[in-house]
Amino acid sequence: MARRIFDFLSSMKLTIVCLSAALVLVFAGTLAQVNFGIHEVQARYFQSLIVWWPAGSQGLRIPVFPGGHLIGGVLLVNLIAAHLRRFRWSWSKLGIHLTHAGLIILLAGGLFTDLFSVESFMRLSPGETKNYSEDSQAMELVVVDGADKEFEQVTAIPEAQLKRGGEIASAGLPFRIVVRHFYENSRLQPLKQAGPGAVPAATQGVGAQVAVSELPRATAMNERDAPCAVIEIAPGPDAAAPDTWLVSDQLGAPQTFSRDGKTWRLAMRPARYYKPFSLTLEKFTHETYPGTQIPKNFSSSALLRDPERDVSRDVLIYMNHPLRYRGETFFQSGFEKDGTILQVVYNPSFIAPYLACVIVSAGLLFQLIYHFSGFLHRRKPLPAQ
Amino acid sequence: MKRYLPWMALAIAALWIASNSRMPKTAPGDFDLPAFGKIPVLSEGRNKPFDTVARTALLIIHGKQTLRLEGGRTLTATRWLADVLFQAPAADSHPAFVINNPEVLGLFGWEQNERKYFSYSELVPFLEKIDAQARQVENVESAKRTPYQTAISNLRNSLMLYQRLKNSMRPEGTRDFAGEIAAFMKAAPAGLEAARAQKNGGNFDREKLDAFALFTARCETLAEMAYVLPVPPDPSVGGPREEWMSVGASLLQTLSTGAADTVTKAYAAAGDAYLAGDPALFNRHLCGVSDWMAKNEPKATGRAGYEFLFNRLAPFYQAMGLYVLAFLLVCGSWLGADRNLGRAAFYVLLLALAIHTFGLASRMYLQGRPPVTNLYSSAIFIGWGTVAIGLILERIFRDGIGAACAAAIGFLTLIIAHHLAGSGDTLEMLQAVLDTNIWLATHVVTITIGYSAMFLAGMLAVIYVVRGVFTRSLTKESAQSLTRMTYGVICFATLFSFVGTVLGGIWADQSWGRFWGWDPKENGALLIVLWCAIILHARLGGFIRQRGLMVMALFGSAITSFSWFGVNMLGVGLHSYGFMNKAVPWLAGFIISQLALMALASLPLARWRSFQNVKPS
Repeated sequence: MARRIFDFLSSMKLTIVCLSAALVLVFAGTLAQVNFGIHEVQARYFQSLIVWWPAGSQGLRIPVFPGGHLIGGVLLVNLIAAHLRRFRWSWSKLGIHLTHAGLIILLAGGLFTDLFSVESFMRLSPGETKNYSEDSQAMELVVVDGADKEFEQVTAIPEAQLKRGGEIASAGLPFRIVVRHFYENSRLQPLKQAGPGAVPAATQGVGAQVAVSELPRATAMNERDAPCAVIEIAPGPDAAAPDTWLVSDQLGAPQTFSRDGKTWRLAMRPARYYKPFSLTLEKFTHETYPGTQIPKNFSSSALLRDPERDVSRDVLIYMNHPLRYRGETFFQSGFEKDGTILQVVYNPSFIAPYLACVIVSAGLLFQLIYHFSGFLHRRKPLPAQ
Repeated sequence: MKRYLPWMALAIAALWIASNSRMPKTAPGDFDLPAFGKIPVLSEGRNKPFDTVARTALLIIHGKQTLRLEGGRTLTATRWLADVLFQAPAADSHPAFVINNPEVLGLFGWEQNERKYFSYSELVPFLEKIDAQARQVENVESAKRTPYQTAISNLRNSLMLYQRLKNSMRPEGTRDFAGEIAAFMKAAPAGLEAARAQKNGGNFDREKLDAFALFTARCETLAEMAYVLPVPPDPSVGGPREEWMSVGASLLQTLSTGAADTVTKAYAAAGDAYLAGDPALFNRHLCGVSDWMAKNEPKATGRAGYEFLFNRLAPFYQAMGLYVLAFLLVCGSWLGADRNLGRAAFYVLLLALAIHTFGLASRMYLQGRPPVTNLYSSAIFIGWGTVAIGLILERIFRDGIGAACAAAIGFLTLIIAHHLAGSGDTLEMLQAVLDTNIWLATHVVTITIGYSAMFLAGMLAVIYVVRGVFTRSLTKESAQSLTRMTYGVICFATLFSFVGTVLGGIWADQSWGRFWGWDPKENGALLIVLWCAIILHARLGGFIRQRGLMVMALFGSAITSFSWFGVNMLGVGLHSYGFMNKAVPWLAGFIISQLALMALASLPLARWRSFQNVKPS
């Protein structure tokens, strides 16, 4: 039995089935991007075990196709098993072995990247200093104990936890947060403009003058969801009429409330990733070709300060020339008004594709040359013309 | 006699090329437009000769590189541009604007008939209407526009380009621009004085101020509108400038430097002469500009002269003709079973490849870039790559098959390139993210060679299927050698597609921060790699033989065409700078044709004329 399973796992039929499935998946995933956008498709088709239909998370769903992680995983197992079964040292097979070893590294590296890499953004205006980057998708709810002027106690609750709903109790907080409603994408409107029948989203703060309507998830390349939540701070002063608050990053300034004689601030903002160093934007330049609107170059000149390592130096980040520092890479990604947008990537396995590329290319090249020279040797000389 | 046939074919082809390459001569007493065409200017961010400005502008506005007037007279692009730049009223009545869309014509109350070219004067009453309509389209993504929306937006862009051209060299309606400049130079100190006095609230000379202010305002309009920047930095005038300027800006600058640029003055005088119909004077002033450029801007002048030559020689057109000739010769060699015709085809193909290479190298020299920078150049390069590999196959197998494939794909890709050129300057400047020669030279070139090989394999399969099904010429030996060729070419394609794709990933990692982002163009490349891997494994595992390989090679062509063009039509992703949607029906047609050939290849062997009398072994 084990023998048969191993034979199946290492068979070339399985390879072809996996590759064909990958072909279909990639093709379907590419076409689906027109309607669903890259991020959504990536999550549904490529970074999943199963592609479900229909897309929504509620109700009955039918598995329609293996997802990228499943196909990639089986292919990886297949590759390794085939290697174990067929590996025999010979010059004529060296290229093939190298190629497949490289592919194993590439596939494993890709899986690793999918699981562990983190992408975020750092937006800086000239003169501004930041020691954190912000997630492009996920939000967090922060509750700040602002009593002490010198020292702020910040409690951050990730969006995923808000999405799950229910009661959230945190060690740092003398109260509980109850999620009444979470909107994945929403539009906020002042009550007066929202039309007849609109009700205030919350009882306290800005939320009392704002109506919320739910929107479908954003799918276009340049759109993003605007999530918001209605939360209750419990227990409140009046158990019959609980205090509810609307939180959203579209509201601007944090809202304040008091409990137990202390003042707290409440805000929803993009999830932050703090770093042991900071960047200060000194200058952002955006050049175009003379007499045109075609962008020629964007560059950010910034001051990098790392007190831990006693580093303080000027860095220049521009197109195709990122800054790599302490395992993270900062790319010139875009600009807004007079400020810069840097993309920040943490990818522990970024070296895998480089390594894989060298190994596979060497293998393919070796194989091609080996066979082509053999082919030329074997050919009969043509009769003289 | 027959032995000399290849050499004769080559000689005829070379003579044909030579006769097409004669440089135009100007009749004495006529405007020296070739000389005008060679002068460098800065436009769309790069130095180019007036000749290129003329050709690309006319291509955008008119859809062709020459303009036929009513009455049958034909204007060259440079002649048309000279009219637009120096003699706007005449240019306004040339039927330059192409309008094909019946809804756009309906907007003006015109019925569609044979006429599809209209003059600026005819369109003037509708300018506001066109602008208002085009504004409504602005926010619609180009992928989602209806034909009417695309047409109205194109018309508005054409009109804008035309108006900018008209206001590049001189204000409209001026007859004595040189005189006006001289007068302005004289009046400027007093005018400036008056302006300063007015600002400080003192007494000032109203008349002097008005004369000065009016001309300044016209210069400002010129500076704002200019499409070409013809004035390089002038060392004799001084001032801290390094960049090329518009005529308007250079005149405004005289307010601080006190002296007008030599080139500006010469162009003004040349324009006056053109307007007055005085060729001798026009030629003299232009000659002054050329001499000045040669002395002060030798590099720009050299390149512009070369580009002028390149435009005139039109190497890709010529190569196209030779590919057709070579293809006919190969077909002849098959029909007549004459080896000499096959050799003739090989020689003609070598000449065509030389010309194709010359064109490719010229573009690289002019742009200072690796060969592939946009969709247009990818078509040129795919053709070049296929012809090169096809000729190598021909050299090894000598059965005309490599030559036939090379000729067919060389011709087809150049036709595609020709149709891609309609959007303007094919040597355009590159978006910031593409501004890296290392990755353009490695990733883009390898991936494009991979495309070439895939198309070549597909073409070999076409020959196999067509010869096998419709003729008796596919013998066991030729079928085997075709199979070996196809398999070899697919191995080659696998290598280049894979390496190219991974290099692309590394570039993406360097500039966007991720190795792989599932962007449509990346997926397209991955599809090719996956398909190649499937073919190789299927053959190795014995799941396919000759015909299976051919069927899969045909589908490989279809996948490659999707990844080359199809993904750009989706209009999503980071690679959509190469966007185009006019080709949708062509792409669909190509893919359907490949599917049809696959169906044909799946006919039972008894239906194949070549195999009817052969027992399957």
